[in-house]
Amino acid sequence: MTERAPVHLSADSEEMEISFGPQHPATHGVLRVMVKIDGERIVETKPVIGYLHRGTEKIFERETYNGCIPHTDRMDYTAAATNNQGLVGAVEKMMGITIPPRAAYIRMMLAELQRIASHTIWLGTHALDIGAQSPFFYTFEEREKILDLYEEYCGARLTLNAMRVGGQPFDLPAGWTDRCRAFIDQLPAKIADWERLLTKNRIWKLRTVGIGVMSGADAIEWGLTGPPLRGSGVKWDVRKVFPYDHYEEMEFDIPIGTNGDTYDRYLVRMEEMRQSVRIVRQCLDRLPDGPVMAKVPKVIKPPKGEAYFSVEGPKGELGYYVVSDGTDKPYRLHVRPACFINLQALPELVRGHLIADLIAVIGTLDIVLGEIDR
Amino acid sequence: MADQDTGAPVAPAAPKPPWEEKPVPATPQDAREHPQVRELAEHVADAILEAVEFAGQITVTVSLERLVEACRACKDRLGYGYLVDLTAVDWKDRAEGRFDIVYWLHRHAGEQRLRLKVRVAEGAEAPTVTTVWKTANWMEREVFDMFGVYFAGHPNLERILTWEGFNGHPLRKDFPIEGIDTGAAIYPDVYPPGGGPVSGGEEGA
Repeated sequence: MTERAPVHLSADSEEMEISFGPQHPATHGVLRVMVKIDGERIVETKPVIGYLHRGTEKIFERETYNGCIPHTDRMDYTAAATNNQGLVGAVEKMMGITIPPRAAYIRMMLAELQRIASHTIWLGTHALDIGAQSPFFYTFEEREKILDLYEEYCGARLTLNAMRVGGQPFDLPAGWTDRCRAFIDQLPAKIADWERLLTKNRIWKLRTVGIGVMSGADAIEWGLTGPPLRGSGVKWDVRKVFPYDHYEEMEFDIPIGTNGDTYDRYLVRMEEMRQSVRIVRQCLDRLPDGPVMAKVPKVIKPPKGEAYFSVEGPKGELGYYVVSDGTDKPYRLHVRPACFINLQALPELVRGHLIADLIAVIGTLDIVLGEIDR
Repeated sequence: MADQDTGAPVAPAAPKPPWEEKPVPATPQDAREHPQVRELAEHVADAILEAVEFAGQITVTVSLERLVEACRACKDRLGYGYLVDLTAVDWKDRAEGRFDIVYWLHRHAGEQRLRLKVRVAEGAEAPTVTTVWKTANWMEREVFDMFGVYFAGHPNLERILTWEGFNGHPLRKDFPIEGIDTGAAIYPDVYPPGGGPVSGGEEGA
Protein backbone atom coordinates (compact mmCIF):
# COMPACT_ATOMS: atom_id res chain seq x y z
CA MET A 1 0.00 0.00 0.00
CA THR A 2 2.81 2.37 0.81
CA GLU A 3 4.76 1.20 -2.22
CA ARG A 4 3.76 3.37 -5.10
CA ALA A 5 6.02 2.08 -7.84
CA PRO A 6 4.09 -0.51 -9.83
CA VAL A 7 7.02 -2.57 -11.04
CA HIS A 8 10.12 -3.70 -9.20
CA LEU A 9 12.80 -5.52 -11.11
CA SER A 10 15.92 -6.85 -9.52
CA ALA A 11 18.90 -8.11 -11.41
CA ASP A 12 19.39 -11.48 -9.76
CA SER A 13 15.89 -12.92 -10.01
CA GLU A 14 12.97 -13.13 -12.33
CA GLU A 15 10.67 -11.92 -9.58
CA MET A 16 8.66 -8.88 -10.35
CA GLU A 17 5.87 -7.11 -8.54
CA ILE A 18 3.02 -5.75 -10.59
CA SER A 19 -0.06 -3.85 -9.64
CA PHE A 20 -3.18 -5.46 -11.04
CA GLY A 21 -6.16 -3.15 -10.98
CA PRO A 22 -7.92 -1.20 -9.59
CA GLN A 23 -9.13 -0.20 -13.03
CA HIS A 24 -8.79 -3.56 -14.66
CA PRO A 25 -12.10 -4.95 -15.97
CA ALA A 26 -11.32 -8.47 -14.78
CA THR A 27 -11.13 -7.33 -11.17
CA HIS A 28 -14.92 -6.93 -11.06
CA GLY A 29 -14.87 -3.40 -9.81
CA VAL A 30 -12.09 -1.64 -8.01
CA LEU A 31 -10.07 -4.49 -6.60
CA ARG A 32 -6.33 -3.97 -6.71
CA VAL A 33 -4.04 -6.94 -6.33
CA MET A 34 -0.33 -6.53 -5.81
CA VAL A 35 1.06 -9.63 -7.45
CA LYS A 36 4.59 -10.85 -7.06
CA ILE A 37 5.36 -13.08 -10.00
CA ASP A 38 8.28 -15.18 -11.06
CA GLY A 39 7.87 -15.36 -14.79
CA GLU A 40 4.23 -16.36 -15.16
CA ARG A 41 4.01 -18.01 -11.72
CA ILE A 42 2.42 -16.22 -8.83
CA VAL A 43 4.67 -16.07 -5.79
CA GLU A 44 2.55 -13.91 -3.55
CA THR A 45 -0.53 -11.75 -3.87
CA LYS A 46 -1.82 -9.00 -1.70
CA PRO A 47 -5.33 -7.69 -2.30
CA VAL A 48 -5.63 -3.96 -1.71
CA ILE A 49 -9.17 -2.86 -1.05
CA GLY A 50 -11.05 0.19 0.13
CA TYR A 51 -11.39 2.10 -3.14
CA LEU A 52 -15.17 1.98 -2.80
CA HIS A 53 -15.34 2.64 0.94
CA ARG A 54 -18.25 4.95 1.64
CA GLY A 55 -18.51 4.61 5.39
CA THR A 56 -21.81 2.74 5.21
CA GLU A 57 -21.58 1.58 8.80
CA LYS A 58 -21.04 5.17 9.92
CA ILE A 59 -24.01 6.33 7.84
CA PHE A 60 -26.18 3.63 9.46
CA GLU A 61 -25.66 5.32 12.81
CA ARG A 62 -27.44 8.47 11.76
CA GLU A 63 -30.36 6.80 9.96
CA THR A 64 -33.52 5.31 11.38
CA TYR A 65 -33.78 1.55 11.03
CA ASN A 66 -35.98 1.68 7.96
CA GLY A 67 -33.77 4.47 6.65
CA CYS A 68 -30.83 2.08 6.71
CA ILE A 69 -32.45 -0.26 4.20
CA PRO A 70 -31.64 1.77 1.05
CA HIS A 71 -28.00 1.88 2.17
CA THR A 72 -27.89 -1.90 2.35
CA ASP A 73 -28.96 -2.02 -1.32
CA ARG A 74 -25.75 -0.30 -2.23
CA MET A 75 -23.42 -2.76 -0.56
CA ASP A 76 -23.79 -5.83 -2.71
CA TYR A 77 -25.49 -4.02 -5.56
CA THR A 78 -26.04 -7.26 -7.45
CA ALA A 79 -28.06 -8.73 -4.59
CA ALA A 80 -30.08 -6.00 -2.94
CA ALA A 81 -32.96 -8.24 -1.87
CA THR A 82 -30.86 -10.50 0.35
CA ASN A 83 -29.13 -7.44 1.82
CA ASN A 84 -32.52 -6.04 2.80
CA GLN A 85 -33.61 -9.38 4.17
CA GLY A 86 -30.71 -9.57 6.62
CA LEU A 87 -31.22 -6.13 8.09
CA VAL A 88 -34.98 -6.34 8.57
CA GLY A 89 -34.55 -9.85 10.00
CA ALA A 90 -32.11 -8.58 12.62
CA VAL A 91 -34.41 -5.79 13.77
CA GLU A 92 -37.44 -8.08 13.79
CA LYS A 93 -35.53 -10.55 15.92
CA MET A 94 -34.77 -7.92 18.53
CA MET A 95 -38.28 -6.52 18.57
CA GLY A 96 -39.95 -9.93 18.60
CA ILE A 97 -41.96 -9.27 15.44
CA THR A 98 -43.50 -12.19 13.57
CA ILE A 99 -44.14 -11.25 9.97
CA PRO A 100 -47.25 -12.49 8.16
CA PRO A 101 -46.67 -15.64 6.10
CA ARG A 102 -47.48 -13.91 2.83
CA ALA A 103 -44.74 -11.38 3.51
CA ALA A 104 -42.29 -14.16 4.29
CA TYR A 105 -43.14 -15.93 1.06
CA ILE A 106 -42.71 -12.74 -0.96
CA ARG A 107 -39.34 -12.25 0.72
CA MET A 108 -38.25 -15.74 -0.12
CA MET A 109 -39.26 -15.31 -3.76
CA LEU A 110 -37.42 -12.01 -4.04
CA ALA A 111 -34.35 -13.50 -2.37
CA GLU A 112 -34.24 -16.59 -4.56
CA LEU A 113 -34.77 -14.60 -7.74
CA GLN A 114 -31.94 -12.42 -6.51
CA ARG A 115 -29.73 -15.44 -6.05
CA ILE A 116 -30.41 -16.44 -9.65
CA ALA A 117 -29.78 -12.88 -10.86
CA SER A 118 -26.51 -12.69 -8.93
CA HIS A 119 -25.36 -16.05 -10.21
CA THR A 120 -26.15 -15.05 -13.80
CA ILE A 121 -23.83 -12.05 -13.42
CA TRP A 122 -21.22 -14.30 -11.88
CA LEU A 123 -21.47 -16.83 -14.70
CA GLY A 124 -21.47 -14.26 -17.47
CA THR A 125 -18.50 -12.30 -16.18
CA HIS A 126 -16.55 -15.31 -14.95
CA ALA A 127 -16.85 -17.01 -18.34
CA LEU A 128 -16.04 -13.75 -20.11
CA ASP A 129 -12.89 -13.34 -18.02
CA ILE A 130 -11.70 -16.81 -18.93
CA GLY A 131 -12.42 -16.24 -22.59
CA ALA A 132 -15.89 -17.63 -23.24
CA GLN A 133 -17.80 -14.67 -24.55
CA SER A 134 -21.18 -16.05 -25.46
CA PRO A 135 -22.55 -17.08 -22.03
CA PHE A 136 -22.46 -13.42 -21.02
CA PHE A 137 -25.13 -12.49 -23.55
CA TYR A 138 -27.39 -15.39 -22.66
CA THR A 139 -27.15 -14.97 -18.89
CA PHE A 140 -27.77 -11.24 -19.00
CA GLU A 141 -30.92 -11.82 -21.01
CA GLU A 142 -32.35 -13.90 -18.16
CA ARG A 143 -31.16 -11.41 -15.59
CA GLU A 144 -33.06 -8.67 -17.39
CA LYS A 145 -36.26 -10.67 -16.98
CA ILE A 146 -35.68 -10.90 -13.23
CA LEU A 147 -35.03 -7.17 -13.06
CA ASP A 148 -38.31 -6.62 -14.91
CA LEU A 149 -40.10 -8.65 -12.25
CA TYR A 150 -38.47 -6.51 -9.56
CA GLU A 151 -39.37 -3.34 -11.36
CA GLU A 152 -42.96 -4.43 -11.48
CA TYR A 153 -42.95 -5.24 -7.78
CA CYS A 154 -41.18 -2.26 -6.26
CA GLY A 155 -40.31 0.12 -9.08
CA ALA A 156 -36.57 -0.43 -8.83
CA ARG A 157 -34.37 -2.82 -10.72
CA LEU A 158 -31.15 -2.88 -8.73
CA THR A 159 -31.44 -0.88 -5.52
CA LEU A 160 -34.70 -2.46 -4.52
CA ASN A 161 -35.40 -1.14 -1.03
CA ALA A 162 -38.07 -3.84 -1.14
CA MET A 163 -38.46 -4.84 2.52
CA ARG A 164 -39.47 -3.11 5.71
CA VAL A 165 -39.21 -3.97 9.36
CA GLY A 166 -42.39 -5.97 9.99
CA GLY A 167 -43.12 -7.21 6.50
CA GLN A 168 -43.33 -6.05 2.93
CA PRO A 169 -44.21 -2.52 1.82
CA PHE A 170 -46.44 -3.71 -1.05
CA ASP A 171 -48.46 -6.72 -2.01
CA LEU A 172 -47.68 -8.41 -5.30
CA PRO A 173 -49.20 -6.59 -8.28
CA ALA A 174 -51.92 -8.35 -10.27
CA GLY A 175 -50.53 -10.92 -12.67
CA TRP A 176 -47.05 -10.90 -11.09
CA THR A 177 -47.22 -14.51 -9.97
CA ASP A 178 -48.15 -15.63 -13.50
CA ARG A 179 -45.27 -13.75 -15.05
CA CYS A 180 -42.92 -15.03 -12.37
CA ARG A 181 -44.08 -18.58 -13.02
CA ALA A 182 -43.64 -18.15 -16.76
CA PHE A 183 -40.09 -16.96 -16.11
CA ILE A 184 -39.06 -19.81 -13.82
CA ASP A 185 -40.72 -22.39 -16.08
CA GLN A 186 -38.47 -21.46 -18.98
CA LEU A 187 -35.32 -20.94 -16.89
CA PRO A 188 -34.17 -24.57 -16.36
CA ALA A 189 -33.91 -25.03 -20.13
CA LYS A 190 -31.74 -21.91 -20.31
CA ILE A 191 -29.50 -23.13 -17.49
CA ALA A 192 -29.12 -26.38 -19.41
CA ASP A 193 -28.10 -24.34 -22.47
CA TRP A 194 -25.44 -22.50 -20.48
CA GLU A 195 -24.17 -25.78 -19.13
CA ARG A 196 -23.99 -27.18 -22.64
CA LEU A 197 -21.66 -24.32 -23.50
CA LEU A 198 -19.33 -24.89 -20.57
CA THR A 199 -19.60 -28.02 -18.42
CA LYS A 200 -17.91 -30.38 -20.84
CA ASN A 201 -16.05 -27.74 -22.77
CA ARG A 202 -12.39 -28.73 -22.93
CA ILE A 203 -11.05 -25.19 -22.67
CA TRP A 204 -13.35 -24.40 -19.77
CA LYS A 205 -12.18 -27.49 -17.90
CA LEU A 206 -8.54 -26.74 -18.61
CA ARG A 207 -9.00 -23.30 -17.13
CA THR A 208 -10.98 -24.33 -14.06
CA VAL A 209 -10.25 -27.91 -12.98
CA GLY A 210 -7.63 -27.99 -10.25
CA ILE A 211 -7.38 -24.19 -10.08
CA GLY A 212 -7.73 -22.48 -6.70
CA VAL A 213 -8.11 -25.62 -4.62
CA MET A 214 -9.08 -25.38 -0.98
CA SER A 215 -9.96 -28.21 1.36
CA GLY A 216 -13.09 -28.15 3.47
CA ALA A 217 -11.15 -27.78 6.73
CA ASP A 218 -9.16 -24.86 5.33
CA ALA A 219 -12.33 -23.26 4.02
CA ILE A 220 -13.79 -23.27 7.53
CA GLU A 221 -10.52 -21.99 8.98
CA TRP A 222 -10.55 -19.09 6.52
CA GLY A 223 -14.21 -18.42 7.27
CA LEU A 224 -15.38 -19.04 3.72
CA THR A 225 -19.12 -19.25 3.24
CA GLY A 226 -21.50 -19.71 0.38
CA PRO A 227 -20.47 -21.48 -2.82
CA PRO A 228 -16.71 -21.33 -2.03
CA LEU A 229 -17.39 -23.30 1.17
CA ARG A 230 -19.79 -25.74 -0.45
CA GLY A 231 -17.51 -26.23 -3.43
CA SER A 232 -14.97 -27.55 -0.93
CA GLY A 233 -17.43 -30.21 0.13
CA VAL A 234 -18.86 -28.70 3.31
CA LYS A 235 -22.62 -29.08 3.32
CA TRP A 236 -23.53 -25.92 5.14
CA ASP A 237 -26.14 -23.34 4.28
CA VAL A 238 -27.67 -20.72 6.58
CA ARG A 239 -31.08 -21.42 5.05
CA LYS A 240 -30.92 -24.96 6.42
CA VAL A 241 -28.97 -24.35 9.63
CA PHE A 242 -30.84 -21.29 10.93
CA PRO A 243 -33.97 -21.13 8.76
CA TYR A 244 -35.43 -17.64 8.51
CA ASP A 245 -38.66 -16.49 6.89
CA HIS A 246 -40.22 -19.85 6.01
CA TYR A 247 -37.27 -21.75 4.55
CA GLU A 248 -38.01 -24.62 6.91
CA GLU A 249 -41.12 -25.33 4.82
CA MET A 250 -39.21 -25.44 1.55
CA GLU A 251 -37.75 -28.52 -0.04
CA PHE A 252 -34.37 -27.91 -1.59
CA ASP A 253 -30.97 -29.55 -1.70
CA ILE A 254 -27.59 -28.08 -0.90
CA PRO A 255 -25.22 -28.90 -3.76
CA ILE A 256 -21.63 -29.55 -2.77
CA GLY A 257 -18.41 -30.12 -4.65
CA THR A 258 -15.71 -32.69 -4.02
CA ASN A 259 -12.40 -31.16 -5.07
CA GLY A 260 -12.85 -27.57 -3.90
CA ASP A 261 -11.58 -26.14 -7.18
CA THR A 262 -12.92 -23.50 -9.52
CA TYR A 263 -14.77 -26.09 -11.57
CA ASP A 264 -16.61 -27.44 -8.50
CA ARG A 265 -17.62 -23.97 -7.42
CA TYR A 266 -18.98 -23.49 -10.92
CA LEU A 267 -21.02 -26.71 -10.66
CA VAL A 268 -22.30 -25.72 -7.20
CA ARG A 269 -23.56 -22.35 -8.39
CA MET A 270 -25.21 -23.85 -11.47
CA GLU A 271 -27.08 -26.31 -9.26
CA GLU A 272 -27.97 -23.56 -6.79
CA MET A 273 -29.81 -21.76 -9.56
CA ARG A 274 -31.92 -24.87 -10.17
CA GLN A 275 -32.61 -25.18 -6.45
CA SER A 276 -33.66 -21.53 -6.35
CA VAL A 277 -36.08 -22.24 -9.17
CA ARG A 278 -37.47 -25.05 -7.04
CA ILE A 279 -37.94 -22.76 -4.06
CA VAL A 280 -39.63 -20.02 -6.10
CA ARG A 281 -41.97 -22.60 -7.60
CA GLN A 282 -42.93 -23.90 -4.17
CA CYS A 283 -43.53 -20.33 -2.98
CA LEU A 284 -45.81 -19.66 -5.94
CA ASP A 285 -47.70 -22.92 -5.40
CA ARG A 286 -48.33 -22.30 -1.72
CA LEU A 287 -48.44 -18.50 -1.59
CA PRO A 288 -50.75 -17.74 1.36
CA ASP A 289 -53.31 -14.95 1.39
CA GLY A 290 -53.48 -12.28 4.02
CA PRO A 291 -51.73 -9.10 5.02
CA VAL A 292 -48.12 -8.37 4.09
CA MET A 293 -47.33 -6.14 7.05
CA ALA A 294 -47.35 -7.04 10.73
CA LYS A 295 -48.60 -4.69 13.39
CA VAL A 296 -45.49 -2.71 14.20
CA PRO A 297 -45.03 0.51 16.14
CA LYS A 298 -44.89 3.71 14.10
CA VAL A 299 -41.37 4.35 15.31
CA ILE A 300 -39.06 1.34 15.13
CA LYS A 301 -37.23 1.22 18.45
CA PRO A 302 -35.58 -2.10 19.21
CA PRO A 303 -34.93 -2.73 22.90
CA LYS A 304 -31.53 -2.06 24.37
CA GLY A 305 -29.28 -4.95 23.48
CA GLU A 306 -27.52 -6.64 20.63
CA ALA A 307 -28.45 -9.28 18.10
CA TYR A 308 -26.86 -10.93 15.13
CA PHE A 309 -28.88 -12.19 12.22
CA SER A 310 -27.57 -13.76 9.09
CA VAL A 311 -29.00 -14.82 5.77
CA GLU A 312 -27.58 -16.94 3.01
CA GLY A 313 -26.76 -14.36 0.40
CA PRO A 314 -25.72 -15.39 -3.10
CA LYS A 315 -22.09 -14.81 -2.09
CA GLY A 316 -22.19 -16.45 1.33
CA GLU A 317 -23.26 -15.74 4.87
CA LEU A 318 -24.35 -12.14 5.12
CA GLY A 319 -24.71 -11.14 8.75
CA TYR A 320 -26.01 -8.05 10.47
CA TYR A 321 -24.92 -7.23 14.00
CA VAL A 322 -27.22 -4.65 15.52
CA VAL A 323 -26.42 -2.88 18.77
CA SER A 324 -29.35 -0.83 20.00
CA ASP A 325 -29.33 1.72 22.78
CA GLY A 326 -33.14 1.81 22.78
CA THR A 327 -33.48 4.79 20.45
CA ASP A 328 -34.80 4.88 16.91
CA LYS A 329 -31.31 4.81 15.39
CA PRO A 330 -28.83 1.96 15.62
CA TYR A 331 -25.99 2.60 18.04
CA ARG A 332 -23.83 0.35 15.93
CA LEU A 333 -24.76 -1.66 12.88
CA HIS A 334 -22.06 -3.94 11.59
CA VAL A 335 -22.25 -6.02 8.46
CA ARG A 336 -20.45 -9.29 8.04
CA PRO A 337 -19.68 -9.06 4.35
CA ALA A 338 -19.32 -12.50 2.81
CA CYS A 339 -17.17 -11.23 -0.08
CA PHE A 340 -14.71 -9.46 2.23
CA ILE A 341 -13.97 -12.65 4.09
CA ASN A 342 -13.98 -14.84 0.99
CA LEU A 343 -11.52 -12.50 -0.72
CA GLN A 344 -9.13 -12.86 2.20
CA ALA A 345 -8.40 -16.39 1.03
CA LEU A 346 -7.30 -15.19 -2.43
CA PRO A 347 -3.53 -15.38 -1.72
CA GLU A 348 -4.00 -18.96 -0.51
CA LEU A 349 -6.00 -19.93 -3.57
CA VAL A 350 -3.67 -18.56 -6.23
CA ARG A 351 -0.24 -19.26 -4.76
CA GLY A 352 1.85 -21.11 -7.33
CA HIS A 353 -0.66 -20.74 -10.13
CA LEU A 354 -0.16 -18.87 -13.38
CA ILE A 355 -1.13 -15.23 -13.54
CA ALA A 356 -3.99 -16.06 -15.91
CA ASP A 357 -5.44 -18.24 -13.17
CA LEU A 358 -5.64 -15.24 -10.88
CA ILE A 359 -8.42 -13.99 -13.16
CA ALA A 360 -10.23 -17.30 -12.90
CA VAL A 361 -9.97 -17.31 -9.10
CA ILE A 362 -11.17 -13.73 -8.71
CA GLY A 363 -14.12 -14.71 -10.88
CA THR A 364 -14.88 -17.84 -8.93
CA LEU A 365 -14.90 -16.02 -5.60
CA ASP A 366 -17.72 -13.89 -7.04
CA ILE A 367 -16.74 -10.72 -5.26
CA VAL A 368 -18.57 -7.42 -5.28
CA LEU A 369 -16.42 -4.53 -4.15
CA GLY A 370 -19.41 -2.55 -2.95
CA GLU A 371 -19.85 -5.10 -0.22
CA ILE A 372 -16.17 -5.59 0.52
CA ASP A 373 -15.46 -1.90 0.99
CA ARG A 374 -18.87 -0.81 2.26
CA MET B 1 -73.62 -4.75 6.07
CA ALA B 2 -76.63 -6.96 5.35
CA ASP B 3 -75.45 -9.92 7.36
CA GLN B 4 -75.18 -7.86 10.52
CA ASP B 5 -78.89 -8.30 11.10
CA THR B 6 -79.27 -11.96 10.28
CA GLY B 7 -79.11 -12.94 13.90
CA ALA B 8 -76.51 -15.61 13.25
CA PRO B 9 -74.65 -16.64 16.42
CA VAL B 10 -71.49 -14.65 16.84
CA ALA B 11 -68.45 -16.91 16.77
CA PRO B 12 -66.10 -16.41 19.72
CA ALA B 13 -63.19 -14.23 18.77
CA ALA B 14 -60.39 -16.40 17.47
CA PRO B 15 -56.96 -15.73 18.95
CA LYS B 16 -55.21 -13.14 16.85
CA PRO B 17 -52.33 -14.33 14.68
CA PRO B 18 -48.92 -13.30 16.01
CA TRP B 19 -48.43 -10.61 13.37
CA GLU B 20 -51.47 -8.74 14.63
CA GLU B 21 -50.40 -8.86 18.25
CA LYS B 22 -48.24 -6.19 19.78
CA PRO B 23 -44.68 -7.49 19.43
CA VAL B 24 -42.92 -8.52 22.62
CA PRO B 25 -39.35 -7.24 22.49
CA ALA B 26 -36.45 -9.39 23.57
CA THR B 27 -35.23 -8.97 27.13
CA PRO B 28 -31.79 -9.76 28.52
CA GLN B 29 -31.45 -12.67 30.92
CA ASP B 30 -28.61 -14.00 32.97
CA ALA B 31 -27.11 -17.01 31.19
CA ARG B 32 -24.48 -18.27 33.62
CA GLU B 33 -26.37 -21.55 33.88
CA HIS B 34 -26.77 -21.99 30.13
CA PRO B 35 -25.08 -25.23 28.94
CA GLN B 36 -22.92 -23.38 26.42
CA VAL B 37 -21.60 -21.08 29.14
CA ARG B 38 -21.13 -23.88 31.65
CA GLU B 39 -18.97 -25.92 29.33
CA LEU B 40 -16.84 -22.87 28.65
CA ALA B 41 -16.60 -22.28 32.41
CA GLU B 42 -15.18 -25.76 32.82
CA HIS B 43 -12.11 -24.60 30.95
CA VAL B 44 -11.77 -20.92 31.81
CA ALA B 45 -14.05 -20.41 34.80
CA ASP B 46 -12.40 -17.33 36.29
CA ALA B 47 -12.12 -15.57 32.93
CA ILE B 48 -15.88 -15.18 32.59
CA LEU B 49 -17.06 -11.82 33.83
CA GLU B 50 -20.63 -11.87 32.65
CA ALA B 51 -22.99 -14.03 30.61
CA VAL B 52 -26.20 -12.69 29.10
CA GLU B 53 -28.83 -14.22 26.87
CA PHE B 54 -30.67 -11.82 24.59
CA ALA B 55 -32.88 -12.68 21.62
CA GLY B 56 -31.79 -16.29 21.90
CA GLN B 57 -28.09 -15.45 21.64
CA ILE B 58 -25.49 -15.93 24.36
CA THR B 59 -22.93 -13.24 25.06
CA VAL B 60 -20.05 -14.07 27.35
CA THR B 61 -17.82 -11.25 28.50
CA VAL B 62 -14.33 -12.50 29.26
CA SER B 63 -11.38 -10.71 30.77
CA LEU B 64 -8.89 -9.24 28.34
CA GLU B 65 -5.92 -11.12 29.81
CA ARG B 66 -7.57 -14.50 29.35
CA LEU B 67 -9.06 -13.82 25.91
CA VAL B 68 -6.72 -15.93 23.80
CA GLU B 69 -6.95 -18.76 26.30
CA ALA B 70 -10.76 -18.61 26.14
CA CYS B 71 -10.69 -18.54 22.32
CA ARG B 72 -8.29 -21.50 22.25
CA ALA B 73 -10.59 -23.44 24.57
CA CYS B 74 -13.55 -22.58 22.38
CA LYS B 75 -11.84 -23.74 19.23
CA ASP B 76 -9.82 -26.73 20.36
CA ARG B 77 -11.94 -28.17 23.13
CA LEU B 78 -15.47 -27.01 22.37
CA GLY B 79 -15.34 -27.18 18.59
CA TYR B 80 -16.03 -23.57 17.62
CA GLY B 81 -14.01 -23.88 14.45
CA TYR B 82 -15.61 -21.09 12.49
CA LEU B 83 -15.14 -17.47 13.50
CA VAL B 84 -18.15 -15.84 11.90
CA ASP B 85 -17.42 -12.26 12.70
CA LEU B 86 -15.16 -10.00 14.68
CA THR B 87 -16.03 -6.39 15.24
CA ALA B 88 -15.97 -3.62 17.80
CA VAL B 89 -18.38 -1.19 19.44
CA ASP B 90 -17.35 2.19 20.75
CA TRP B 91 -18.89 3.09 24.14
CA LYS B 92 -17.28 6.47 24.31
CA ASP B 93 -17.53 7.39 27.97
CA ARG B 94 -17.72 3.99 29.58
CA ALA B 95 -15.60 3.63 32.69
CA GLU B 96 -14.72 -0.07 32.24
CA GLY B 97 -13.01 0.49 28.91
CA ARG B 98 -14.08 2.33 25.83
CA PHE B 99 -14.31 -0.48 23.27
CA ASP B 100 -16.05 -3.81 23.13
CA ILE B 101 -14.38 -6.28 20.81
CA VAL B 102 -16.98 -8.83 19.79
CA TYR B 103 -16.22 -12.35 18.55
CA TRP B 104 -19.03 -14.38 17.08
CA LEU B 105 -18.26 -18.09 16.98
CA HIS B 106 -19.96 -21.02 15.36
CA ARG B 107 -19.56 -24.73 15.79
CA HIS B 108 -20.78 -27.15 13.21
CA ALA B 109 -21.54 -29.92 15.70
CA GLY B 110 -24.99 -28.95 16.91
CA GLU B 111 -24.91 -25.72 14.87
CA GLN B 112 -24.57 -23.44 17.88
CA ARG B 113 -23.24 -19.95 18.17
CA LEU B 114 -21.57 -18.08 20.98
CA ARG B 115 -20.54 -14.46 21.30
CA LEU B 116 -17.42 -13.55 23.21
CA LYS B 117 -16.74 -10.03 24.22
CA VAL B 118 -13.81 -8.20 25.77
CA ARG B 119 -13.57 -4.64 26.99
CA VAL B 120 -10.54 -2.68 25.86
CA ALA B 121 -9.62 0.72 27.20
CA GLU B 122 -8.57 3.46 24.83
CA GLY B 123 -4.87 3.10 24.08
CA ALA B 124 -4.74 -0.44 25.43
CA GLU B 125 -3.97 -3.38 23.17
CA ALA B 126 -6.08 -6.44 22.59
CA PRO B 127 -4.30 -9.72 21.91
CA THR B 128 -4.66 -11.00 18.38
CA VAL B 129 -6.66 -14.14 17.71
CA THR B 130 -5.15 -14.69 14.25
CA THR B 131 -3.18 -17.46 15.93
CA VAL B 132 -6.47 -19.20 16.68
CA TRP B 133 -8.49 -18.52 13.53
CA LYS B 134 -6.72 -17.42 10.35
CA THR B 135 -9.80 -15.58 9.19
CA ALA B 136 -9.41 -13.05 12.02
CA ASN B 137 -6.62 -11.35 10.08
CA TRP B 138 -8.63 -8.94 7.94
CA MET B 139 -11.34 -8.56 10.56
CA GLU B 140 -8.80 -7.29 13.09
CA ARG B 141 -7.31 -5.00 10.48
CA GLU B 142 -10.75 -3.55 9.88
CA VAL B 143 -11.30 -2.98 13.60
CA PHE B 144 -7.88 -1.33 13.83
CA ASP B 145 -8.67 0.88 10.85
CA MET B 146 -12.15 1.84 11.96
CA PHE B 147 -11.66 2.08 15.74
CA GLY B 148 -7.93 2.42 16.31
CA VAL B 149 -7.71 -0.62 18.54
CA TYR B 150 -4.28 -2.24 18.35
CA PHE B 151 -3.97 -6.00 18.23
CA ALA B 152 -0.76 -7.20 19.83
CA GLY B 153 0.93 -9.89 17.78
CA HIS B 154 -1.02 -9.32 14.58
CA PRO B 155 1.12 -10.29 11.58
CA ASN B 156 0.22 -7.32 9.41
CA LEU B 157 -1.73 -4.65 11.24
CA GLU B 158 -2.28 -2.11 8.47
CA ARG B 159 -5.25 -0.02 7.52
CA ILE B 160 -7.52 -1.90 5.19
CA LEU B 161 -10.49 0.21 4.09
CA THR B 162 -9.00 3.66 4.38
CA TRP B 163 -5.54 4.46 3.11
CA GLU B 164 -2.19 4.50 4.79
CA GLY B 165 -1.78 7.94 6.27
CA PHE B 166 -5.47 8.53 6.84
CA ASN B 167 -5.99 10.58 9.95
CA GLY B 168 -8.45 9.22 12.49
CA HIS B 169 -10.67 6.19 12.93
CA PRO B 170 -14.04 6.70 11.28
CA LEU B 171 -16.28 4.49 13.39
CA ARG B 172 -15.30 6.11 16.66
CA LYS B 173 -18.21 8.05 18.04
CA ASP B 174 -16.19 11.27 18.18
CA PHE B 175 -15.30 11.10 14.48
CA PRO B 176 -17.56 13.61 12.71
CA ILE B 177 -20.03 12.05 10.31
CA GLU B 178 -19.41 14.72 7.69
CA GLY B 179 -15.80 13.58 7.59
CA ILE B 180 -12.57 15.31 8.34
CA ASP B 181 -10.46 17.63 6.29
CA THR B 182 -8.47 15.15 4.29
CA GLY B 183 -8.06 17.45 1.29
CA ALA B 184 -5.84 19.98 3.00
CA ALA B 185 -3.82 17.23 4.67
CA ILE B 186 -2.88 15.69 1.34
CA TYR B 187 -2.81 18.71 -0.98
CA PRO B 188 -1.78 21.63 1.26
CA ASP B 189 -0.97 23.81 -1.76
CA VAL B 190 -4.42 23.29 -3.30
CA TYR B 191 -6.72 23.53 -0.31
CA PRO B 192 -6.56 26.01 2.56
CA PRO B 193 -6.50 24.50 6.05
CA GLY B 194 -9.99 23.25 6.83
CA GLY B 195 -11.04 23.66 3.22
CA GLY B 196 -10.75 20.22 1.65
CA PRO B 197 -13.53 18.78 -0.48
CA VAL B 198 -14.79 16.73 2.44
CA SER B 199 -15.36 19.59 4.81
CA GLY B 200 -17.50 21.93 2.85
CA GLY B 201 -16.39 22.80 -0.64
CA GLU B 202 -13.28 23.87 -2.46
CA GLU B 203 -13.74 27.53 -1.64
CA GLY B 204 -13.05 26.75 1.97
CA ALA B 205 -15.33 26.62 4.94
